[in-house]
Amino acid sequence: MSLAFIAGALLAAAGALGVVLARAPVHNVLSLVVNFIGLSILYLTLQAEFLAVVQVIIYAGAVLILFLFVIALLTVRREAPHGPGERLKGQRTAGYAAGGLVGVLLVAAGMELFGGSGQAPAPAEGFGGAKAFGLELLGPHLLAFEAAAFILLAAVIGVVVLVGRPKKGS
Amino acid sequence: MESAAIAPYIAISAVLFAVGVAGVLTRRSPLVILMCVEIMWNAANVVFIAFARQFGHMDGHIFAFFVITVAAAEVAIALGLIVLIFRRRDRVDADDLNLLKG
Repeated sequence: MSLAFIAGALLAAAGALGVVLARAPVHNVLSLVVNFIGLSILYLTLQAEFLAVVQVIIYAGAVLILFLFVIALLTVRREAPHGPGERLKGQRTAGYAAGGLVGVLLVAAGMELFGGSGQAPAPAEGFGGAKAFGLELLGPHLLAFEAAAFILLAAVIGVVVLVGRPKKGS
Repeated sequence: MESAAIAPYIAISAVLFAVGVAGVLTRRSPLVILMCVEIMWNAANVVFIAFARQFGHMDGHIFAFFVITVAAAEVAIALGLIVLIFRRRDRVDADDLNLLKG
């Protein structure tokens, strides 16, 4: 385990915990930034350079700005603390227990299947770089690429239809 | 970059996914629930990329890229819906949105 892996894993885990535990919406978003930076470091240790860059640009750049815009536009308030008025009794405890159970199961299954696998052989030259990625994306996966473009178009049109205010009299 | 065995990556991915699950189940602000869903998408991405590295195959990278694309589209739509809900009420709480309850 390299130092970079430890740093990335700690950042990612701390950011995720911050998202779940922080009360103020802006703090949630900032924790998510930390989480994404940590993930980007993890991608770098896996020689996925292109995806590390994409992660920072798309997630830390675009998606989080969207979140910040919504929070700033709508002046989202702090979430009310869980109290006696909470509708589902014991929701919090049950939620944390379920999350812990999922985590234990996933770790156990992963270690059972791949805990003994050794070091991977060094990948081919240029693995994970933009060139290899582009050749793979626009070669064998061209159809999926086109489908992704269609999904993004549908999302743009969907948002305009949902949120755009209709003109008066139409 | 030195090569790495895959087990630690599976472990950190499982931890992130579990934290996301706990967040979705415990938090009540739709914005935070959406962020926790993002954490779970990313936990899946870590495993995709780790296995791509393990088997020396770029397919995992492609899949992770499409996950990022779909997640971006999902965030755009979901934030649009949240803005719509905010226009109708002054506070948003997942517990209050029970119009479809039978």
